[in-house]
Amino acid sequence: MLQADVLIVGSGAAGMYAALAAARAGAQALLVDRSLIGRGGATVMAQMTVAVAVGEEEPDHWQHHLADTLKAGRGLCDPALSQLLCEEGPACIREMDEWGIGWARRDGHLAQVHAPGHDRKRCVYVDFLNTGPAVSKTLRARVQRIAAIRRVGDLVVTDLALRDGVCVGAHAVHVSSGDTVPIAAKATILATGGLTRLYARNSASINMGGDGYALALRAGAELTDMEFVQFFPIGHLAPRLVGMDPIMWDPFRYKLGGRLLNSERKEFLAEDGRYVASRDVATYGILKEVAAGRGSPHGGAWLSFQHCGEAALREAFGPVIKRLAANGIDLTRQPIEVAPIAHYHMGGVRVDADMQTGVPQLFAAGEAVGGANGANRLSGNAITEAFTFGRRAGERAAALAAKTAMPSLKPRTWVSSNGRKSNPAAEIVSLQKLMNEHVGPLRTQSGLEHALEKIRALEPMCAELPAPRAGLDAEWMDLHDLRNMRLVAECVTRAALERTESRGAHQREDFPETNDAWQRHRTFRL
Amino acid sequence: MKATLKIRRGASWQSWEVPFEQGQTVLDGLRWIRVHRDPSLAIRFSCINANACKECMIQVDGETVYACTTRLAEGEMSLEPLPNKKLIKDLVTEIAPPDERLQ
Repeated sequence: MLQADVLIVGSGAAGMYAALAAARAGAQALLVDRSLIGRGGATVMAQMTVAVAVGEEEPDHWQHHLADTLKAGRGLCDPALSQLLCEEGPACIREMDEWGIGWARRDGHLAQVHAPGHDRKRCVYVDFLNTGPAVSKTLRARVQRIAAIRRVGDLVVTDLALRDGVCVGAHAVHVSSGDTVPIAAKATILATGGLTRLYARNSASINMGGDGYALALRAGAELTDMEFVQFFPIGHLAPRLVGMDPIMWDPFRYKLGGRLLNSERKEFLAEDGRYVASRDVATYGILKEVAAGRGSPHGGAWLSFQHCGEAALREAFGPVIKRLAANGIDLTRQPIEVAPIAHYHMGGVRVDADMQTGVPQLFAAGEAVGGANGANRLSGNAITEAFTFGRRAGERAAALAAKTAMPSLKPRTWVSSNGRKSNPAAEIVSLQKLMNEHVGPLRTQSGLEHALEKIRALEPMCAELPAPRAGLDAEWMDLHDLRNMRLVAECVTRAALERTESRGAHQREDFPETNDAWQRHRTFRL
Repeated sequence: MKATLKIRRGASWQSWEVPFEQGQTVLDGLRWIRVHRDPSLAIRFSCINANACKECMIQVDGETVYACTTRLAEGEMSLEPLPNKKLIKDLVTEIAPPDERLQ
């Protein structure tokens, strides 16, 4: 049995920031992760930029950032959450600076670049392709120094613990031993990230299968805007790259523009060598070119930097040129192929501006939260969201814990084994293909209905979890993941089916127009 | 193309033939085995392909490498867990810092 004032599930940027804020507010924090602390999740994968109105490159104000965020969200942002992100972003960025993250600097000030959808140069970064790893490393080092934060890895939370509808901690399994571990907590924060692992083509870590959404839903919390999955338009497609994140081309498009071309080597987004098309528009544009038979050989588009010249490429790419060469890629001689890839989820757990869910003593933070980015997220807002929401959740959870008694908790019981007839690792791959094909960037009623039927058919094999076998039970872990992924996939698909319009990241082929009557949120509760 | 992955599982070895295309990695092969042959095979990885999480460190042919950046090659490759870490299962070892473990 473990116990804590504040339990934080997930150790990406949101979770680590929450732990720091909770400890700073006087709480004993317990930071758990299903793998190693501070190495998984989406944060460590973020190779690009962080949007924040620090105004160092040119004058700026958080209200300008907010205006751009609301505009990108296509009328569906929760303004209180968006404001928190934009208003408190600068303080978090400066705090990270004090902690030694090493934001790129130019002439003595923070360097900021202009990302699509922003009205000015607003995005800070760590060179080269190092923003996410630097964020993870900085927070990890900070968390390690604070005695009030206990860290436990290889601990997967299977369900939240409830008493009379109140969250009193969580039930976990120690992955390497198979032991059941109850965790009593006065307040619990879900910082488990998003759901992009639901898709065959994704830029996610293995743990981004929507765990937090499933945990929240089963505990009685509400999910919102689940249909809005952001596809990053220019995820790397070919030739095969190893040792690099598939979203790596983004920062180089900030710096150099680059040309997105169809099979006729023509630009089709009217960008004219600049990087200006928003993510939803670019994703749609690429897939329409492919559908019209003008795609690249592997089913995407060409991205070319050939016109930039070797000197500019060397300056922009730095040491990455060598890593590309090791993969057999010379950008002065060849374009590469890119295609949309599941990257971020705008929807998630519904919270108020204190990050409190509808379930007492249960909070959420970071990508796990739905609403700040509406129907389409602006470039650079994800890490800012992780920082600001993590900090707010940690503070509020600590304040609540200070006036709450430590709950007692009984170990959970398991259903008897279902005999494990099929291979859950294979079922996950099938589910990912299904979601990519029918619940991806282009959707139709018939495709969504087909997907929903298949998703529901999976339920009997993973509705409840049997006990894990002693020792590391890899197959049980897949069954655990399938159980969560299936439930979350059903929410995404049902919401996509019901929203009979196109808006932001949700594009219905059979309802291509945006409909004002749909400027509202689809929410789920079990 | 085909590679044979000979994997140390506790006291014994088990071999699987894995199909692959030019450029694919040892981690791709291990994931293929779990999906198509044996889901009980234990491996540790998180970021899959980005070499960001540093979790997939194993020994391939006696050399310590990341499974996600080591390319599959035709013929036999021997895969073992890290020799200087406590074995958990198959290719998974205890690599967490001591103060981040449950016990």
